[in-house]
Amino acid sequence: MARVIVNVPANAKRGEVIEIRTLAGHDMETGFRRTQTGELVPRNIITRFSCTYNGEEVFRADLHPAIAANPLLSFSTVATESGTLEFRWTGDNGFSATQTATISVV
Amino acid sequence: MTNRRQFIVLALGALATGAEAQLTPGIVALRKAALEEAMRKVTGGAQPRPGRVKLDIPPLIENGNSVPLTVSVQSPMTAADHVRAIHVFTEKNPQPNIISAWLGPRAGRAALTTRARIADTGSVIALAQLSDGSFWSDRAEVVVTLSACLEDGLI
Repeated sequence: MARVIVNVPANAKRGEVIEIRTLAGHDMETGFRRTQTGELVPRNIITRFSCTYNGEEVFRADLHPAIAANPLLSFSTVATESGTLEFRWTGDNGFSATQTATISVV
Repeated sequence: MTNRRQFIVLALGALATGAEAQLTPGIVALRKAALEEAMRKVTGGAQPRPGRVKLDIPPLIENGNSVPLTVSVQSPMTAADHVRAIHVFTEKNPQPNIISAWLGPRAGRAALTTRARIADTGSVIALAQLSDGSFWSDRAEVVVTLSACLEDGLI
């Protein structure tokens, strides 16, 4: 199981713009590197990230080999209501990781 | 036969193109074409205008394996006027795309931070698609001292 970290404020005022930071533990092997014997190391990256807020998608990104190892993504959303944010990373070789965070909005 | 004067002229010419020297001219042209193709795929042929987008990236990169970059776009982020997508490209990588992100009015603020790999000295381009269908872009020139994916030669 891949290690992922998300940083979401626990409380927010209604309508406030909150900053969300996510980090996934992944080598992001580019597919352009060679081993000492000259063989290409096959590509193994996270290709897709998405964030849903109470089931509705608020952010989505396509990642390419040019994203550094342990991809960091930082973005924002409006705190509309209390509930759950779900984060999902998917990638090559069936890679999949999910993480949830709860937020209470007053 | 190359005399001394011709030699100096040639040497200065080689120095002037020093930034391009790490890649052979053929590969530089290929990658430029790939970058234009990747951008055309996003814009559908529309010409992106400069402005509104701000690309924050250090101008001098010591380690190309992890380069922090932030793209922010001036936009009220309302249902009627918001940023639909942000794309980041680089000129010299084996593949031009870095990231494509889709957001909407619920983002509240059109900003994105991530860390990229950059293979060589050249341009980094941020492109934003607005809800009215227009494209805006910003371009930054970066100098890379330690390249990403160069440890065993560029492909």
